[in-house]
Amino acid sequence: MDLNLSDEQRLLRESAERFVTESYDADHRRKMANDALGYSPDVWKQFAELGWLALPIAEDFGGLGGSAVEIGILMEAFGRGLVSEPYVATIVLGAALIDRCGSAAQKQAILPKVADGSLKLAFAHSERAARFDLARVAATANRTAQGWRLAGSKIAVLDGHAADEIIVSALIHDHHGPSGRIGLFLVPATAPGLSISDYARLGGGRACNIELSDVQVPDDALLGDGHDALPAIEWAVDRAMAALGAEAVGIMQTLLDTTLEYTKIRKQFGRPLSANQVIRHRLADMAMQVDEARSMALRAALKVESPPLDRARAASGAKAKIGKCARFVGEQSIQLHGGMGVTEELEVGAYFKRLVAFDTLFGGSAHHYARHARLGRTSVSA
Amino acid sequence: MDLTFNAEERAFQSEVRGFIARNLTEEMKRATALTPSVFSDPDIGMAWQRALHRQGWGAPGWPVEYGGPDWTPAQRWIFETESARAGVPNVNVMGVKMVGPVIIGFGSPEQKNFYLPRILSGEDYWCQGYSEPGSGSDLSSLKTRAVRDGDDYIINGTKIWTTHAHHANRMFALVRTSDGERQQDGISFILIDMTTPGITTRPILTIGGDHEVNQVFFDDVRVPVANRVGDEDKGWTYGKYLLEFERGSGIASAKLREGLKAIAELAESDLTGRAIDSPDIASRISEVEVDIDALEMTELRVLSALQTGQNPGAVSSILKLRNSEIRQAVTRLGVDVIGHDALAVEPMRPLYKLNHEPATPEDMLTVVPEYLNGRAYTIFGGTSEIQRDIIAKMMLGI
Repeated sequence: MDLNLSDEQRLLRESAERFVTESYDADHRRKMANDALGYSPDVWKQFAELGWLALPIAEDFGGLGGSAVEIGILMEAFGRGLVSEPYVATIVLGAALIDRCGSAAQKQAILPKVADGSLKLAFAHSERAARFDLARVAATANRTAQGWRLAGSKIAVLDGHAADEIIVSALIHDHHGPSGRIGLFLVPATAPGLSISDYARLGGGRACNIELSDVQVPDDALLGDGHDALPAIEWAVDRAMAALGAEAVGIMQTLLDTTLEYTKIRKQFGRPLSANQVIRHRLADMAMQVDEARSMALRAALKVESPPLDRARAASGAKAKIGKCARFVGEQSIQLHGGMGVTEELEVGAYFKRLVAFDTLFGGSAHHYARHARLGRTSVSA
Repeated sequence: MDLTFNAEERAFQSEVRGFIARNLTEEMKRATALTPSVFSDPDIGMAWQRALHRQGWGAPGWPVEYGGPDWTPAQRWIFETESARAGVPNVNVMGVKMVGPVIIGFGSPEQKNFYLPRILSGEDYWCQGYSEPGSGSDLSSLKTRAVRDGDDYIINGTKIWTTHAHHANRMFALVRTSDGERQQDGISFILIDMTTPGITTRPILTIGGDHEVNQVFFDDVRVPVANRVGDEDKGWTYGKYLLEFERGSGIASAKLREGLKAIAELAESDLTGRAIDSPDIASRISEVEVDIDALEMTELRVLSALQTGQNPGAVSSILKLRNSEIRQAVTRLGVDVIGHDALAVEPMRPLYKLNHEPATPEDMLTVVPEYLNGRAYTIFGGTSEIQRDIIAKMMLGI
């Protein structure tokens, strides 16, 4: 049992924090907020040079073989800078799904390019009617003479506009009809019949809705051999929630630091706000919740490769708890900044909005406490 | 980074399990489960202390030269966790965890030689004389006074909330020996024999129906000056040192988990009409479980820092605050889970020696008293409000 950072991990944290401080300042964030792409290709190139894109990819495919803990270290620093590059979409979700489900040939074709920054991915899974239920997929994949024909609608696809290849989930229909299995299909962003409507995502970056109107893809677009992909999807989303949790911790820490500074400087009734006990106690509560969130994000990361039940409960517990902490820390940061906190003139609002987006992504606290409870009862009765 | 234990640590875990299996009797286990107050009754707690002492484990936190077992932080974690899982009795923490470290840190050689072995063996039973009717959170305003008379102090005043004063043969107390410029000055740390003439103890019943705390009165109580720990008028420093031990023993999550498990089992039982089938109850159980997970991770992070000699700092206040709040959440949930049975509160004590059939099933007997008594968790050892002051000052610098 040892939860101290290794030397390598400490170096990674230092370099990520240095990058954010030096290259990702408020001006850069403001520029990105109004940018049609929502991220900077130059920054993506730097990520590649720093080895961050290769970080979790297996060494056989040009990666560094890092774990969820290292991703968390990186994501926490990204949170501090409100980084909007498509890291979760391409690396945490996309590359992980290829690694888990893809054939050797598919991995060889895709992962080295992801690692060197020349290929970006996205994962199109959520559908309006499914809400946050990962098992509910209505999009279909029908067997054709040439391969597969995909049809359906996807929503809230993270950074789909930036992707070269989109991993689309669909219910496999073979010669006998619906199979009950979910397949993952690699669809080029330029495929005929695929239409992407992207929008500025709450809190920075972009997302999109996707329509698939009889999109034809070849045989080998199906990742792996057509086994039900649901367990892999659940694993990848649990992993993404751990990474996003770490990002939320970075965001919360920045909000706490900023708010603390403000309450020391801002004077009312002839003394700093922080001279009031009610303000000091609020900040103490915020500090405590940041610390609890940090513990939960680390816990979820350390359990990403645990048996599915353990992993899923850790991920849902972290998502629910961090979401609750995030709302509190975010809302109180605005409250303690007073009127200025509600304006676009300070960055508090931008950080807060990213936390609201975090809480919503893949289901909010209520959803994940309920999932945690359901999985707990499975373990009791099993 | 690694959340699992290595081979050596797992071997130690088996050793602890073996020790508990050999020494924890069914009677002790049942008595502990049926104790709704914070501390075990002395006959139960001290029997366990004696067993620990025979094994050389009587004082896990003490240095080796005073009889500590020289455990790593990870071993202490394993010991506390296995103890909580098995449901062992509480020992006299006022001795082992509070006055012991102060005597080790600041006591004279004679005091160390006399008192420490008696704490280890369970021969002495200690109580803590800190709070007074007029001095709660503002502890250093205390007024119980010790006036020098030759080789003795003559003590007059009163202490309150004194846990197990009615069982204890010794008390450590903060008393005023002079009036300094600041109210923290002029306080001394004194060890008092509870059989000294002039000491009277008045019981105070808590809202859960338990007699755990008392008020203690001192009328011209004569205590040798040799019973003072450290320097005269410097007792506040020693007293604060002790409070850090009281707040941050640092390993509380395992006990909380056992408490929640008992509530979850009730919720899954027909006795409560399967309360867990209510989605609200199920989600709330998960919410508390996740809070315990977070506390456990924080404890493990602190332990990891301690292993490499880092100082965890004000985090002991965070641990105390979260432990007390989560404990209250567990007991609150318990009351909601047992439903109708929350109306029938058994007044007889101890609950493990009832001479009549209680109105509720035995597994529910402690639920309401624990909730009621548990309101004290956010009050004793420094209220939550004081802990938030400490966090703001020490962690945030405001």
